[in-house]
Amino acid sequence: MNMTENRKPKTENPIIRLRLFFTGVGGQGTLLASRVLGEAALEAGFSPLVSETHGMAQRGGIVVSTVVLGEVKSPIISPGEADVLLGFEALETFRALNYCHPKSLVIANTAAIPPYPVAIGQAKYPGVGRLMQLLAEQVGGVLAFDAGDRARRAGSPLAVNMVLLGALAASASLPFSDEDLRQVLRTRTNPKFLEANLLAFQSGVDAARAAKNWLKKPGAWH
Amino acid sequence: MSELLTGQPGETRLFLGNEAIVRGALEAGVALVATYPGTPSSEIGDRCYEISRQTDLYFEYSVNEKVALEVAAGAAASGWRSLCSMKHVGLNVAADTLMTLAYVGVKAGMVIVSADDPSLFSSQNEQDNRYYAKMAGLPMLEPSSPQEAKEMTRAAFALSEGLGLPVLLRTTTRINHTRGAVTLRELVSRSGPGIFAKEPFQKVMVPAVARLAHARLLESQARAAALAEDSLFNKVSGKGKWGIITSGVSANYVEDAVAELGLEDRVQVLKLGYTNPLPANLILKFLAPLERVLVVEELEPFLEEGVRALAQAQGLALPIQGKGPALFSRLYEYHPALVRQVAARYFGLPGKAAAPADPQKILGEPLPDRPPNLCPGCPHRAMYYSVKIALKDLGLEGVFPTDIGCYTLGLLPPLSMADFLICMGSSINTAAGISKATGQKVVAFIGDSTFFHAGLPGLVNAVHQGHDFLLVILDNGTTAMTGHQPHPGVTLTPPGFPCEHVPLKRVVQALGVTQLWVVNPLKYKETLAATKEAIGATGVRVIIAEAPCHLHVQRLKGRKSKARFRVTEACRDCRDCLDNFGCPAMQLNPGPEGGRMFIDTDLCSGCAFCVQWCEAIKPVKKEAVSSEQ
Repeated sequence: MNMTENRKPKTENPIIRLRLFFTGVGGQGTLLASRVLGEAALEAGFSPLVSETHGMAQRGGIVVSTVVLGEVKSPIISPGEADVLLGFEALETFRALNYCHPKSLVIANTAAIPPYPVAIGQAKYPGVGRLMQLLAEQVGGVLAFDAGDRARRAGSPLAVNMVLLGALAASASLPFSDEDLRQVLRTRTNPKFLEANLLAFQSGVDAARAAKNWLKKPGAWH
Repeated sequence: MSELLTGQPGETRLFLGNEAIVRGALEAGVALVATYPGTPSSEIGDRCYEISRQTDLYFEYSVNEKVALEVAAGAAASGWRSLCSMKHVGLNVAADTLMTLAYVGVKAGMVIVSADDPSLFSSQNEQDNRYYAKMAGLPMLEPSSPQEAKEMTRAAFALSEGLGLPVLLRTTTRINHTRGAVTLRELVSRSGPGIFAKEPFQKVMVPAVARLAHARLLESQARAAALAEDSLFNKVSGKGKWGIITSGVSANYVEDAVAELGLEDRVQVLKLGYTNPLPANLILKFLAPLERVLVVEELEPFLEEGVRALAQAQGLALPIQGKGPALFSRLYEYHPALVRQVAARYFGLPGKAAAPADPQKILGEPLPDRPPNLCPGCPHRAMYYSVKIALKDLGLEGVFPTDIGCYTLGLLPPLSMADFLICMGSSINTAAGISKATGQKVVAFIGDSTFFHAGLPGLVNAVHQGHDFLLVILDNGTTAMTGHQPHPGVTLTPPGFPCEHVPLKRVVQALGVTQLWVVNPLKYKETLAATKEAIGATGVRVIIAEAPCHLHVQRLKGRKSKARFRVTEACRDCRDCLDNFGCPAMQLNPGPEGGRMFIDTDLCSGCAFCVQWCEAIKPVKKEAVSSEQ
């Protein structure tokens, strides 16, 4: 699929099918991120479906959500069919590699949250650099940076989700603009955190604009 | 105000399937909602709770699903439209009510939501509840999207009233937990006070009445089937000699597969939304011109067998298949590529199936697992620790029947405190059987909400029969796993939550338990002493381990404990904390001599439990904590 064409209005390009896979660890705000993206897609006139993990998996386990938009009816994404993988944690991003195809764009937080077996020395956390390199060999593009660090520097350590949304918005993979996403943040999220969230979001936009963060440029699309 | 109330007619909102069901009920003027929380149905109740605080909707978190269904049935018999939601296994608890409620019928519309869980994301089985509709003789609707969930819920009330029967709305996790565009209609106001019209010879199910009621129920099936024939929720699309019959979330996978395989001119699709009773004429008319038919439905071959039986009676010999070795499985949920591949195979088309990348193979080593874990500061872990140490000190090995809640995570090492689990309440009764058969020390665990839900009869039975086990009631003051819903014993409730408190201790005493200990599991010494005493005794013994869910307290009171702890140089590396306790905040620093324990102060909750049994753990000075944050 030619992602740049997605930026044209819907009427000129009726067969958009875009599938985004979000993965992270309980407490990282993946569900809010996928919901905000879904709301932005709805505002922009696409008919999004957002699928969420609730319940038992949230107690420190892996939390996955998906957003599909355009001419897609299925709310979930099959292995090998995600166009974009938004990874909130390095190991979990790599674990979800089976959802990618050779042209997928991966946006990865390089910060690691050691799972319990690693924290107690029963398993080894693979080197993040190696994980990212291996990812880059398998997919069309990799944008990788420390979103935790950017969230902290933007003043809210918990806003990793906003940083990643900003990076996604500036990655030229969505059929609507970063301003559309900001508008959703303004109207649909807790006003108490809005200023901090917008700062974190902008930091993500900046991260996507910095060439050094692109481990692999998605040349195939352009 | 809830977004489910503020949305105006004609507006399109992004609603979770569960929210869409609530909106649909509000658009039908629902007056009463009763539920017991259970994934994937919980948000239906949670949203209704919020709305009941803002409108005259009556809502309750009932003590279990049977209670909820009967409360709703009473209201529906009195002219109030009612809704009752539960997870699939909840309908087992309510099944006794369901089967005879179908005889009694309803006056105002009544909708029962059964949220099934293919793939067992958060359940103990993946039973297919569509058979309940068939067994009870109730009309059933199966939505395929949030929009349809809303429309079907709304329509189900009218359908229910027309037939005088409750309607089963059967969803699956991917409908409940998918957000999609939902276009709204007008909200309808609730009817005033209900009137219970006395008709004892219609509504009191003694044999003489029930014989007639059963006949009435069977007569209503023809009317229900006629409505299925005309239902707008059953749709035919496409053209060609091949056919696909589908329902629920699978209908979306079929629609995508047909588009992606370019089969619009070769395949006709019958999407069924009204699936009990089946629309026989519609199905036979659909089958007539076809050469072969694929049935796409998750879990059991409910539609497949129904359609085949209809075809057989009509003398049609075309192949109608769904489940089978080269086709679909009765296990787990489906996904788009699976449906596309099976459809391609069934119709003899070239399938394009490139195997997706295998991350583990690419890395060349196993990826570390990320199992869920009890939170730092969780009182359940503290109680488990005391039971472990007590048994160890007494030189005993225990058997641990457990129950359903967060504490079921005690299954995982290093706690390993779960040996047997069937369903809600099973801990108590299986403990009785295991101790009787083996004579071993049996320590059963049950949560407070689960105890009220399904534990009371079991404990009465154990007292009456003179069984021999220790029951630990893990009382964290809430229904934590499903999102902190209240239950009769709660002391910590959301502001303004109206409820009478039914004290657990007095309930247990009233059931006849004489050997009872109430402990705060976060106080180690007294808990350990009580646990040893209780393990050493015989007969029915109960420990109530009373300490609130740490997360719940944080959310309600909005403050975190400031205390933090650290492992000092005095650590002798015994690893007791790692081997028996397993708090996520207690970690091993990789080092040359096998590493040293440390406490991650970001994760530490400040519960101060470990400091009571490990001399090497000391509080971090307050100034140090605040400078770190």
